[in-house]
Amino acid sequence: MSKILEIFDLRASIKEDGREILKGINLSISEGETHAVMGPNGSGKSTLANVIMGNPKYEITNGEILFMGRSIKELSTDERAKLGLFMSFQMPEEIDGVKMRQFIINSYRNVKTEDEITVLKLSSRISDYAKDLTLSDEFLQRYTNVGFSGGEKKKGEILQMGILSPRLAILDEIDSGLDIDALKVVAQSITKIKNEKTAVLLITHYQRILNYVIPDFVHVYIDGQIVTTSGASLAKEIEEKGYNFVKAGDAHE
Amino acid sequence: MSDIQGMIYDLQKGQEKYDFRNKQAAKSMVIPGLNESIIREISESKREPQWMLEQRINAFKIYETWHEPNFGVDLSDVDLSKIVTYIHPRYKKATSWDDVPLEIKDTFEKLGIPQAERMALSGVGAQYDSEVVYHNIKTELESQGIIFLDTESAVRNYPDLVKKYFMKAFSPSNHRYSALNNAIWSGGTFLYIPPNVDVKLPLQAYFRMNNEGMGQFEHSIIIADEGSRLHFVEGCSAPYYNAINFHAGMVEIFVKKGARVKYSTIQNWSKNTYNLNSKRAIVDQDGVMEWVTGSMGSHKSMTYPTSILRGKGAKNETIAVSFAGPNQHLDTGSKVFMFAPYTSSTVDSRSISLGGGWSFYRGWLKVDERAKGAKATVRCNALMLDNESRSDTIPLIEVFTDDADVGHEAKVGRISDEQIFYLMSRGMSEKEAKSIIVRGFIEPFAKELPLEYAIELNRLLNLEVESTIG
Repeated sequence: MSKILEIFDLRASIKEDGREILKGINLSISEGETHAVMGPNGSGKSTLANVIMGNPKYEITNGEILFMGRSIKELSTDERAKLGLFMSFQMPEEIDGVKMRQFIINSYRNVKTEDEITVLKLSSRISDYAKDLTLSDEFLQRYTNVGFSGGEKKKGEILQMGILSPRLAILDEIDSGLDIDALKVVAQSITKIKNEKTAVLLITHYQRILNYVIPDFVHVYIDGQIVTTSGASLAKEIEEKGYNFVKAGDAHE
Repeated sequence: MSDIQGMIYDLQKGQEKYDFRNKQAAKSMVIPGLNESIIREISESKREPQWMLEQRINAFKIYETWHEPNFGVDLSDVDLSKIVTYIHPRYKKATSWDDVPLEIKDTFEKLGIPQAERMALSGVGAQYDSEVVYHNIKTELESQGIIFLDTESAVRNYPDLVKKYFMKAFSPSNHRYSALNNAIWSGGTFLYIPPNVDVKLPLQAYFRMNNEGMGQFEHSIIIADEGSRLHFVEGCSAPYYNAINFHAGMVEIFVKKGARVKYSTIQNWSKNTYNLNSKRAIVDQDGVMEWVTGSMGSHKSMTYPTSILRGKGAKNETIAVSFAGPNQHLDTGSKVFMFAPYTSSTVDSRSISLGGGWSFYRGWLKVDERAKGAKATVRCNALMLDNESRSDTIPLIEVFTDDADVGHEAKVGRISDEQIFYLMSRGMSEKEAKSIIVRGFIEPFAKELPLEYAIELNRLLNLEVESTIG
């Protein structure tokens, strides 16, 4: 299978204070694979997502990021999005005055510049996808993320992922703040997109979502490094024994 | 009308409280060559009745005694020398297409405005024959008893009706530019809607652009008789170029009992223009006045659409957006005076400044002691796109009764880096990201406009934001 994302010895710091967060990450994701990156809170897992997506808050000091064989280190965030990278935000920003439906249509036009789908068709595709996520048409008429509940925000991100159908979806803590019903609905959408050959990078603190989205690989991320990698069973083990057992070096290779 | 004249006098006395900034040297601005005999000539050429001539001369005398406003924009570099030539009856508009600045032509091009319209918008003759296009509309309006004319024609054809309302919402002694407009006005729209007539289509000044057009000193009067409804649209979002860079128009609106008037403006004078516009509505019992005001153009503007709620239950709704780019100082706002019980008002003002532009919101809400049970809210939001730009807010609120519910909210914001990153992660460039945030910010305004205006406004905003961000 062809490689979608390859990261080599990636180091990155916060621009403002120079603090190093990523301390030599290596990661390789192939087409259609699902990878989970798990780690304790505050360990900078989200930084990995942000650096891949090109958040200007961070500076890459070493290493390489290849997306479908091409270095994306120098590309702006929108250029990365156009190549087929998607990231769901932990806390999606409010865009006042811009209706969700319009926002998604706008994003689609920017990302899929060559697709000439009519607004009408695209719009009904959005409605259908929203319905799958138990979101109403009324939801699509609201201003983007303004006054959304935690669950609505997360579902809104998944809706965007579904419509934009990226080559790689980076989902940053998509499961936090979701009740069990919402979690199942979100997991279904992730499974669906996975089956459509989109690679998924799930960044999560909890094992819970991995009961519904079975990853091909689980990476344990501690203090800016991936300390171990294994199959789906590793997630269960972490759930039982906590991250400390991995730190102690007991993990199965 | 005596009651309302009394109120206007009250307001004048109060004006000093409002005019509290920028104690500039109050210089008297004499217009070279402007004198009584020119005014007589203007009046004669327009074949005006004696009362109008007298009004003009009286106003001119008042003008000469007035000092410059001691607040708002700096007017010291205004060049008034061309005014007399321009207003002179023998003056022929001689602007040629070659004189129109390149940036204006460029914007026309980008907006895809038809050539004939471009000429008219640039003041190059009056080739744009809207009569043909709007002939059907005109017939339809006439059949409902609606009078829709340029103000000069109205003075000749309906002298009694005009006399009853002309300079009744304003007085020449309100301020220097109300006096100036009264003295040398020319052009404007006169619109009378008979009782209970509901004008379904938004009426646009544009419909009669081949007449006097949008002048420098136009004077418009709108009377919505009892129970009628009207949406009037003034101006256009395409840039409006004029060789004379000084505009002091006036709009007087009378909303009779139970009538409803929505007055939408998109002001986009070319960036060399000084725009000092006076707009007032007098609202009777259960009448509703809606001001939808967008200020984008001009070099410096001062305009504060005003509602005087004098009838019980009268209502005002103001949505105002101003957009100050490089080298612009827009001093805009809203005034609402509540003189009767159960009157209500909402003001939603939004300003955007970018590229060193300066937006200044200046509001005045007065709830009189007679306004028992009144309700009013004022919301001011400012968005600054960079660190060089400026935004100021002075919302003056005076309440003279305990029996009123008055709320106020003000917010100044900037676009955050995280917001830009979010939008860019959805494929938008940095410029597009800023444009979409700006468009969202003014959405409450844009959705009040007729569709074609809203679309053109969007395109124009994108051009403005993108050209400023570079």
